Amino acid sequence: MTVQERSGVPERSIVSLDGVSKRFTRRGGDPVVAVDEVSLEVAQGEVIAVIGYSGAGKSTLVRLINALELPTSGSVRVAGQDLTTLSEKDLRAARSKIGMIFQQFNLFRSRTVAGNVGYPLRVAGVPAKERDARVAELLDFVGLLERAHAYPEQLSGGQKQRVGIARALATNPPLLLADEATSALDPDTTTEVLSLLRRVNTELGVTIVVITHEMEAVRQIADRVAVMEKGRIVEVGDVYDVFSDPQTPAAQRFVRSATHDRPSADTIARLRSHHPGRLVSVRITDESGLQARIDTAFRDAGLTAELVFGGVGEIRERRTGSLTYELTGPGPAVDAALAALHAGGIHTDEEV
Amino acid sequence: MEGFLASVDVFRDAIWQTLFMTFVSLVVAGVLGLALGMALYATRPGNVFGHRLAFGVLGFVVNLVRPIPFVIFLAAVGPLSRVVVGTTIGTNAVTFAISLAAAFAVARIVEQSLIGVDPGVVEAARAVGASRLSILFTVVVPEGLGPLVLGYTFIFVGIVDMSAQAALVGGGGLGQYAIVNGSQRYDWFIVYVSLAAIVVIVQIGQLIGNRIARGVMRR
Repeated sequence: MTVQERSGVPERSIVSLDGVSKRFTRRGGDPVVAVDEVSLEVAQGEVIAVIGYSGAGKSTLVRLINALELPTSGSVRVAGQDLTTLSEKDLRAARSKIGMIFQQFNLFRSRTVAGNVGYPLRVAGVPAKERDARVAELLDFVGLLERAHAYPEQLSGGQKQRVGIARALATNPPLLLADEATSALDPDTTTEVLSLLRRVNTELGVTIVVITHEMEAVRQIADRVAVMEKGRIVEVGDVYDVFSDPQTPAAQRFVRSATHDRPSADTIARLRSHHPGRLVSVRITDESGLQARIDTAFRDAGLTAELVFGGVGEIRERRTGSLTYELTGPGPAVDAALAALHAGGIHTDEEV
Repeated sequence: MEGFLASVDVFRDAIWQTLFMTFVSLVVAGVLGLALGMALYATRPGNVFGHRLAFGVLGFVVNLVRPIPFVIFLAAVGPLSRVVVGTTIGTNAVTFAISLAAAFAVARIVEQSLIGVDPGVVEAARAVGASRLSILFTVVVPEGLGPLVLGYTFIFVGIVDMSAQAALVGGGGLGQYAIVNGSQRYDWFIVYVSLAAIVVIVQIGQLIGNRIARGVMRR
């Protein structure tokens, strides 16, 4: 299987994975290949989302980036340093320069909010006075200064994750790893946390690697997306490109689950019973005059076009979507209309 | 009643001996058991110092010592007791034996309390670059403190129980008072007074333990 490279390799990489594999050997079981020959470049300053279903190897992949797991083969470079060659002591220093947040927040229950945020600074040996100032600054950034002396169990899920983010940023890391950071949150809180992460990226210039199975999170935050399936990255590209034109079956499944603008098999069956004509889905991009060209193609072929399904929205402030028409008219006329659309670079799928 | 009034100073000494044996053993066994229990937790495969062989050996040793009935343990530990505290009889010898026997029980209690600590917080500490030893002391133990305190309270009751067997080697305490001054002279009043004193000690210990645990767990 080849990786669908959708855009050129970024010029300045902060993370560079080269042929990385991770196998786990379970006692009395076959070895499990969690990550299989993955190569990936993460550019300085971008937000990249790694998506895939559970068991695709996303969590292992992210733990390879901060060396919580060491690869069975391949190299992991972060900020120019090959983590696979470092001693335990140097690894600890490297990890302190990579922030990480978690699905279950993983806050220390025995420490207050301020104690949680200050912990990485204690580990780094920052003097108490400096530490307190930095903790206050971070809590102010995430909007939780007044909860500094609360314990984690007194906070809501969204507040907990904001504390997690403040803790992860304590040592000013240039890179933040988010492992399913919004999967335990409700949609409103998810949006709140994602917009905080966006601020972390734009205001602080932190590069973020987001691991998620939620397309909505990708849509709201990511610049680029990598699709993972069975331990491999099968498609990488700009979020808009992957959303508007997914190449691999895995990416197509994900995009459909998030956008809902293509009819499901059930919907098609239902549409069929009312609409005897041919059902054709037309991909909507942000090209100007697209609608007029679609209408013209149908009209020139003498077809009646009835809009039966679809949706148009925005991804990264660009229009994208899909409209499904019932085309009624002579067979050759329909074929001619579709040919005209294709000739104009408009993608169509016949729903069967 | 007259027997009790005549031996009230013995009773007073017995209370102090019981308290001495209990608290010294609790502290010594507490420290030894904490170290051993943390070693068990840390060497468990998958944990910070995961090491299958070390974990197996430690577990085997603990399992070997723990089921020995204390009366036999008290006798068996005699030679070692002579080396360490210089005698095989009396309060000090019993305290030494209890400290050792209880340490193995404490080890299991500590291990069980720490296993309950969310592995996620350990991972969070690793992710910020904390060393494995500092993770044990600054994350694992504080996070498991509530169950640890309750575990120690549980052990406290067990230690009071062991201290009552001190009579076997002339260790004194309320157990010896109840048997020597009480049941052996058919003085049931003394037996019940001793029993009441033990109950009071255990209740106070349990109360203090619960209070501390509640404070630590904030509920």
